[in-house]
Amino acid sequence: MRRARLGFWLFLAPVLAWLVLLIVLPHLDLLVMSLRSGSGSRASWTLQNYANFFGEPIYWLTFVRTAMYSVITTAITFLLAMPVAFYIAKVARVRLQGFLLTLLLLPFWVSELVRIYGWMILLRESGVVNFALLKLGLADAPVEMLYNDATMIMGLVYTSMLFMVVPLVSAVESLDDSLIEAAHDLGAGRAAIWWRIILPHCKPGITSGAIVVFMLCLGNYLTPNLMGGKNSLWFTEQIYNQFIASFNWNQGAAFGFLLLALSSAIIWIGLKITGQKLGEVAS
Amino acid sequence: MENDLSVSRLVKRFGEFTAVDDVSFDVPAGSFFSILGPSGCGKTTMLRMVAGFEEPTSGTIAIRGRDMARVAPNRRPVNLVFQHLALFPMMNVARNIAFGLERRGTPRAEIARRVERTLERVGLPGFGSKEIAQLSGGQKQRVAIARCLVLEPSVLLLDEPLGALDLKLREQMKVELKKLQAKVGTTFIYITHDQSEALVMSDAVAVMNKGRFEQVGSPQELYGDPATPFVAGFVGDSNIWEGTVRECSGQRAVIGTDEGFAFEARRRGACAPGSAVRLFLRPEAMRIEPADASGLNTFRATVKALLFDGANSRLLTVTPAEHELLVTLPQNRRFDHIRPGQEITLGWHPDSGVCFRREGGDA
Repeated sequence: MRRARLGFWLFLAPVLAWLVLLIVLPHLDLLVMSLRSGSGSRASWTLQNYANFFGEPIYWLTFVRTAMYSVITTAITFLLAMPVAFYIAKVARVRLQGFLLTLLLLPFWVSELVRIYGWMILLRESGVVNFALLKLGLADAPVEMLYNDATMIMGLVYTSMLFMVVPLVSAVESLDDSLIEAAHDLGAGRAAIWWRIILPHCKPGITSGAIVVFMLCLGNYLTPNLMGGKNSLWFTEQIYNQFIASFNWNQGAAFGFLLLALSSAIIWIGLKITGQKLGEVAS
Repeated sequence: MENDLSVSRLVKRFGEFTAVDDVSFDVPAGSFFSILGPSGCGKTTMLRMVAGFEEPTSGTIAIRGRDMARVAPNRRPVNLVFQHLALFPMMNVARNIAFGLERRGTPRAEIARRVERTLERVGLPGFGSKEIAQLSGGQKQRVAIARCLVLEPSVLLLDEPLGALDLKLREQMKVELKKLQAKVGTTFIYITHDQSEALVMSDAVAVMNKGRFEQVGSPQELYGDPATPFVAGFVGDSNIWEGTVRECSGQRAVIGTDEGFAFEARRRGACAPGSAVRLFLRPEAMRIEPADASGLNTFRATVKALLFDGANSRLLTVTPAEHELLVTLPQNRRFDHIRPGQEITLGWHPDSGVCFRREGGDA
């Protein structure tokens, strides 16, 4: 009995060490930092850093924008991923399934930075797409396709796709085909089968995919920075600016915590609206 | 009488494999019709074609005189009770049963009334608000049937719905299904590999083998007067002798079995002296130590074991040539003296044995 206990703690130790040293301690330090102003001996406790977020429209507007676009990205990703997942799980033959999943996985063997530069090569003014458009006579002058919100969202969807498809595939796979047939037999058409049978069954998969994609988008720095224009400010860029450009670590730390708190709040509201519990989704 | 279902010359091929091979049959309105066959005989494919999930290669299916070609499953006046029931776990009992009515756009109050009435019919009043996971096997069964019956289909199809139940419940559900069918009067088409389910419940049974109907008839006909060796062997238990025809007379033939007995039995098909035949005899057709042996086929056999099973008790006997035979042992205490190792006389009436010509030696 005591030996088993010892084993348990031995195995848990690395995980605990990792969590405490690399996640909990730095966050505690950041939390303290976000509640202080100044540095060194002149530092004092204050809530001013948090007040700045709500007082300065540029800050909270950036956050609202970031959250809105993340929600939109999540929705678009879901709309694209659902048919893909259904095809992979139910329509494709078994041998094709593995191949299709590998195809989805393949882009992730290359770093995000390289993939985004790949998109830039395609879309920039002197890029592949513009070259083709000009040659085919579909455009008279090169079209600027980079540095706008639509392109940025496309980049985010592209980056998030896999994280939505994988939970959806396993959710759809666990659906018994005879449920679909039974619904069809009882008079349901295509729309009713999707709406009443497939989507309710996949709800936990949809939710976990949506949470992952939403959090990834919200915390993404690279894609909005490279593909978004000067006006497409992302909240992570605000944090970066505080830390690196303004060298105001206290303000940056406060923004970091606000991002954490607000995104958690949005997910909590989302779960409440759809009547789910985090435990059910995670299991 | 009007037919609820008419199937004619139905064929279904999957590539090289013929699952259903030129099958025709009619099911009169209000009857309980079973298709009985071993697994892989094509009975499920047949049912799925009637339900609309498979397109026939050729042939026609008509329900109440209406041709069903290219009619989608959701537009057919038939409903299917699935093998594993396929109840919707995301809905409660009432929502499951209301599902079909909602699809038809029935008014809400009407739906609630019909759901409650159907639940009462299947013996589950007040179960509407229960979740599917809270139900027992037999209750799920009844919900699955209620979900179809509430739509008042012309034909209700059942795909081995008792297969997942334990033995005791299965016996009980057999009787209940039969009673339910008599009460609602809907035509039931029931698919099973269990001959007892088919015999107990059905008005008519079709025995299916290798994509074809071997025989269609009442349970009594199938059991007492099988048309093919397959039916004789598949429906009920039989003792089998191999032999050759010695002489023919009317509907009977004298058969010399391979182990040297000479038996007189009914015959099926043409009779030619010298042809190889297979003789089928029910265990209950044999009488132990018959008092009056005139007109009976008699022979001696040794009791090997007593297989006591209440009303279904049997003797396992062997002939001098080590051929094993099952003999029904009536539980009227007359044969209590029989012990393993004893030699007894067995007799049977020529009309209770039936012989078929063997084709190519196996059949």
